[in-house]
Amino acid sequence: MTASLPMPVAGCTDLPVPFASNATQLPVLKERGQREVFCGLTGIVWLHRKMQDAFFMVVGSRTCAHLIQSAAGVMIFAEPRFGTAILGERDLAGLADANEELDRCVQQLLERRPDIATLFLVGSCPSEVIKLDLHRAAERLNQRFFPQVRVLNYSGSGIETTFTQGEDTCLKCMVPHLPATTTDAPELMVVGTLADVVEDQFSRIFRDLGIGPVHFFPPRRARDLPPIGPNTRLLLAQPFLSETVRALQARGATLLQSPYPFGVQGTNAWFRAAAAAFDVPDARVAEATRAPAERAVRALARYRERLGGKRLFFFPDSQLEIPLARFLHHECGVELVEVGTPYLDRLLVEAELPLLPGTITLSEGQDVDKQLDRCREARPDLTVCGLGLANPLEAEGMRTKWAIELVFTPIHGYDQAADLAELFARPLDRAERLTV
Amino acid sequence: MQLTLWTYEGPPHVGAMRIATSMEGVHYVLHAPQGDTYADLLFTMIERRDRRPPVTYTTFQARDLGGDTAELVKACVRDAYERFKPRAMLVGESCTAELIQDNPGTLAQGMGIPIPIVNLELPAYSKKENWGASETFYHLVRTLLLPQVPAPGTPRAERPADRRPRANLLGGTLLGFRNRDDVREVTRLLADLGVDVHVVAPQGATPESLMRIPEADFNVCLYPEIADTTCRWLERSFRMPTVRTVPIGIGATREFILEVGKVAGVDVQPVLERERIGEATMDSSRSLLPWYSRSVDATYLTGKRVFVFGDATHVKAAARIAAEELGFTIVGLGTYSREYARDIRELAAKYGVEPVITDDYLDVEKAVADAAPELVLGTQMERHIAKRLGVPCAVISSPIHVQDVPARYSPQMGFEGANVIFDTWVHPLMMGLEEHLLQMFREDFEFGDGATPSHLHSVQAGAATVAAPGVGSDDDLLEVPEPASIVADLGEPEVERAAATPAFTAAIGEAASSAATSAAAAEAAASGPAPWLPDAERELKKIPFFVRGKAKRNTEKYAMEHGLDRITVDTLYEAKAHYGR
Repeated sequence: MTASLPMPVAGCTDLPVPFASNATQLPVLKERGQREVFCGLTGIVWLHRKMQDAFFMVVGSRTCAHLIQSAAGVMIFAEPRFGTAILGERDLAGLADANEELDRCVQQLLERRPDIATLFLVGSCPSEVIKLDLHRAAERLNQRFFPQVRVLNYSGSGIETTFTQGEDTCLKCMVPHLPATTTDAPELMVVGTLADVVEDQFSRIFRDLGIGPVHFFPPRRARDLPPIGPNTRLLLAQPFLSETVRALQARGATLLQSPYPFGVQGTNAWFRAAAAAFDVPDARVAEATRAPAERAVRALARYRERLGGKRLFFFPDSQLEIPLARFLHHECGVELVEVGTPYLDRLLVEAELPLLPGTITLSEGQDVDKQLDRCREARPDLTVCGLGLANPLEAEGMRTKWAIELVFTPIHGYDQAADLAELFARPLDRAERLTV
Repeated sequence: MQLTLWTYEGPPHVGAMRIATSMEGVHYVLHAPQGDTYADLLFTMIERRDRRPPVTYTTFQARDLGGDTAELVKACVRDAYERFKPRAMLVGESCTAELIQDNPGTLAQGMGIPIPIVNLELPAYSKKENWGASETFYHLVRTLLLPQVPAPGTPRAERPADRRPRANLLGGTLLGFRNRDDVREVTRLLADLGVDVHVVAPQGATPESLMRIPEADFNVCLYPEIADTTCRWLERSFRMPTVRTVPIGIGATREFILEVGKVAGVDVQPVLERERIGEATMDSSRSLLPWYSRSVDATYLTGKRVFVFGDATHVKAAARIAAEELGFTIVGLGTYSREYARDIRELAAKYGVEPVITDDYLDVEKAVADAAPELVLGTQMERHIAKRLGVPCAVISSPIHVQDVPARYSPQMGFEGANVIFDTWVHPLMMGLEEHLLQMFREDFEFGDGATPSHLHSVQAGAATVAAPGVGSDDDLLEVPEPASIVADLGEPEVERAAATPAFTAAIGEAASSAATSAAAAEAAASGPAPWLPDAERELKKIPFFVRGKAKRNTEKYAMEHGLDRITVDTLYEAKAHYGR
């Protein structure tokens, strides 16, 4: 298998050479149909963990409540920091009542949870359709509760957002409340939820590079809002923050284009992008990243052996597909068949797209039955898909990697590069072990 | 508007999905936005289904709303019909589509598609999952059987003497609690009685098999939440009698057999004779529960305080088994099935407890904590409540979790079901002698508050460490610090044990500090229980943690009733003498 590797990757930690031909021309198969993808409400599952003083109150239907608890695997938390204000028939009959009811639910919640410093009112499909104005509701509630509690609102509705876009709309609604930077010296803001452990690793490397101050957005406490201004350089940790980035740019910040910090090459490129913006000499970058990069290469080697030459098919799910496909192709020797993404925002993947081989099918959106037809036709060695498709495909004899795990696992950075590869190698390993 | 953290039931269209997914040859076109496909996971993950639910979602987006969403419905109906070739189709809408009023069912019925199309109107803002399942099953059966309904007054044909009686088993669905195995067990039981099973529905049925329902002599309503409406319609339209006893537990199974005997006109005495109660008959009986329960080693089960919560059918059955067949004491019971509130109120009155009729998880949690049970029988929600309170738990009802769909045969119904129940409920408890030793030698270093039954080896190692006082806050210990959700979920150990979570101890030992319990703490402060003197507090800690809550509660109640302003060691023992064990 390793003999068929597309390029000599062993030990290579440099950013791969772009496939010049497809920088802009890689054709995109746009599809419109049934989507087997969560809506933006699902982002609450990790956002409420990231920001420990925040509560997320969905204003929606029983379906919304059921969705979040099903997506969250139900009941792993004693009392979660999220809930649903379930709309009833009376709320539909009159919006005046609905607003009163909403205020009552908020009051009830805040009495119960006096530890909450930020309350997100999260719009849903039904609240959008009945035009319940949560922005005005938040303003109204702020008059009562601010500064003890700041009330914000965003939409996680399925008619407007897909899965990880819920984080985008959430962060975007925080942007107007970020304080202005107080100096002209350059500052770095890392945008997108990272596992705490990864954040700490990255902080250490930024310190070694002499880059600072570094702010992470979202912060661990919603009350500790990071400053923003024309001296802020934005480095994206997640490839799904379209609106947030534009809102931050509108406040004067500059976006640093870089591949995402997945794999050794991606992480190298990411730190170099930061270093370049802060005039850190190359030698210092090499010095600060050598040790973690080298051990990551060593750790990756064993998975490269298993994954090399394997054909892989990505169903659209979390928006992570493009950078992960790049990582799997260049650092694990994976052959990409189709890379599906819920939507394609070129601003966010400008540095990633040219790194994808021109032979793949890049698809945007979904018509799940047609995509399943293509997948069955291609018979890939591994299919990355949601949990609604995984067992049915396994039953058809296809090996799968369920995509949601990629969102719920620390996969960024050097020391997680091998963990990331392992997630893809495990189903293949398992298939080899089993004799039944 | 109702503030909800967790829900027991999904929306009604999820109930409709349960019917469609339980059957073959039926397809459901659901007018719904992106995201509603989450419900597929319930089937592919919790039930580990090997195929996708037969559901097509129209997946409309905000930008479609100004345009023609009706056209989208029609295209989806047409595509689904061509791709999946169903023999019957359900067409309906989820909560959001209900608001835009496209009436997808009516649209589909006007398209000239040559199969029965059932227009599902399931009000999402007032009804819930079980109701949706029940309505869907009823409308599907009715649509398919309407042409066969005889003229009013037509007498039902007698069963030919040379044909064995036939029964339909109605109500089993995916995501129901152990429905698959119950159907198998009841089929076996009926075979013993000389009754053939004709149609099983919805689970395993097809549109064609539903059309054969009237060929049977009677219906067995296995789960009233799902099949009662349908059974009543079959009674009215086809004069088919219904057997209504749900055979969960020994007593109920025997009554079920008698009822079948009456309805089917068969002699059931030989089977009842074989399964005699009150005798060992270990070699001939299929049911071992009665003898195991009488066996002296089960003495320690006497009067175990048990809290029961779930759907109405399983709660009724569990309460009876707990009280009459295992000798437990019921300290609380309730249901989230408001449709059956009256039944459950009557049941609660019978056992002298306050009924808990609610679908608010927090109310249930409070009721469980207040009742201080030694065993919780509930849904997977109560499993978490029990875990948090450090009380053993067994699951008896939906909503379920992946671990409630075991690979092995484990019915709840019939004689084998009673065996399964005996094992499942007794397993999480501390065995008799071990319980005694714990009470006698509390100081033994291996008997910390983390001590769990020695035949279970679940999670003590970690729990024992974190159980040390003063380590971390409650929140840290109770809440998994990373959103591992489905990942964590799939990896949960099978046996849910009171893993000696420190919550219980903390909640009892000192004023609960977590925000979650702050309300309770505030309430306690207001009513003002007398303070514990240090000696009394030390004495209290010598009581094993699984009964300490009750001892503390009783002592405080005693102190209050007797106007004591402090609790001493003597107060503790006075209260013990006053209340008994």
